[in-house]
Amino acid sequence: MERIPILKMGEFLLVTIQVDMHDRLALTLQDDLTEMIVKNRAHGVLIDISALEVVDSFIGRMLGNIASVSRVLDAATVVVGMQPAVAITLVELGLSLPGVRTALNVEKGMELLRVSLAAPNGHADRQK
Amino acid sequence: MRGTSSRLPEIIAKHEQDLLDQWIKEQTSSATRRPDLLSEADLREQSRALLNGIRNAIQRGRLDDITGSEWQTVRDVLNEVSRARAQMGFSPSEMATFVFSLKQPLFARLRAEIRETDPLVDEMWAASTLLDKLGLHTTEVYQKSREEVILRQQQDMLELSTPVVELWDGVLALPLIGTLDSARTQVAMENLLEKIVQTGAGIAIVDITGVPTVDTLVAQHLLKTVAAARLMGADCIISGIRPQIAQTIVHLGVDLGSVITKASLADAFVVALQRTGATINKEH
Repeated sequence: MERIPILKMGEFLLVTIQVDMHDRLALTLQDDLTEMIVKNRAHGVLIDISALEVVDSFIGRMLGNIASVSRVLDAATVVVGMQPAVAITLVELGLSLPGVRTALNVEKGMELLRVSLAAPNGHADRQK
Repeated sequence: MRGTSSRLPEIIAKHEQDLLDQWIKEQTSSATRRPDLLSEADLREQSRALLNGIRNAIQRGRLDDITGSEWQTVRDVLNEVSRARAQMGFSPSEMATFVFSLKQPLFARLRAEIRETDPLVDEMWAASTLLDKLGLHTTEVYQKSREEVILRQQQDMLELSTPVVELWDGVLALPLIGTLDSARTQVAMENLLEKIVQTGAGIAIVDITGVPTVDTLVAQHLLKTVAAARLMGADCIISGIRPQIAQTIVHLGVDLGSVITKASLADAFVVALQRTGATINKEH
């Protein structure tokens, strides 16, 4: 069965979505990721969706769900590389992903994760 | 009403030069003549072309239907004249008078040629309907060309009014000017997001000093822009909120709590600089 690879980078997990997301794939990813967070005791999850060109409300909600689940497991989630068209679509769908932190690219996302991990209460602004 | 019964084609063909002279005299003496916009030579040329076209079309085509292929030349002449005059700034009535003023010389000619009352009335009616149709056609073309101008201006405005400027490394500004509707918000949002990708900016300042009124719809559009920028990883600051608008926002119950708002662009810029870690000091 088709799966989206989840890479371990130190205490972070890196997910790069390179294919068109369909609903089953999204659910599998959510399952796999939850397992991986627990198994690796990860403190941060970085989801790169720069290759994602089409989103629907389901995928949008799934991104929100993953963030919520990760937060319960004490891992911060950053979604990076969203394309302008995708951002507009999500906003028009009314899914502005309030709980999800975002960054422009993987580099900035990693920095954001590191900063948030360094902050004592696990919450940090984008401030340097 | 085909040429078999009507003597109109014959009369026009026979007296074309005479009609033309009369018509031009009529036009030059009329109150709607605009010597400031159109020279007499041009007027003469346009009138000649139209009358010539009518003469040719009337020989072959139907009098009561100007949509046929025989009338193509006449329509072309009218289209050209209308477009040219619309751009020169003629008013619709001045434009229509160009065609309608042919009535007087034509009717006079008809009266001179046809003695009996009944045929005269028929011919006049036919001529009148024909010229009315041509006049309406002119007005239609005039209207259309004006609409084209308006459409083009709208598009120009859409392009012009939504520039995204880079204030500092990593700081963008989107100065919004004019009323925000869905179409404009869409363009502004797209431009902003594209620029965020291009420059890798982390902060965008949306300045609404130039937005005359903010109602719930405009506020919603603003919030959408902010949300989309956030999804791209950029924080937004809304600046340029005038006192009156601040009151309106509160009265309307619009929740801007999730967005940083500043009264002036200068204040917003200072915050943006702090976020990027830069500071500005006076030398003395």
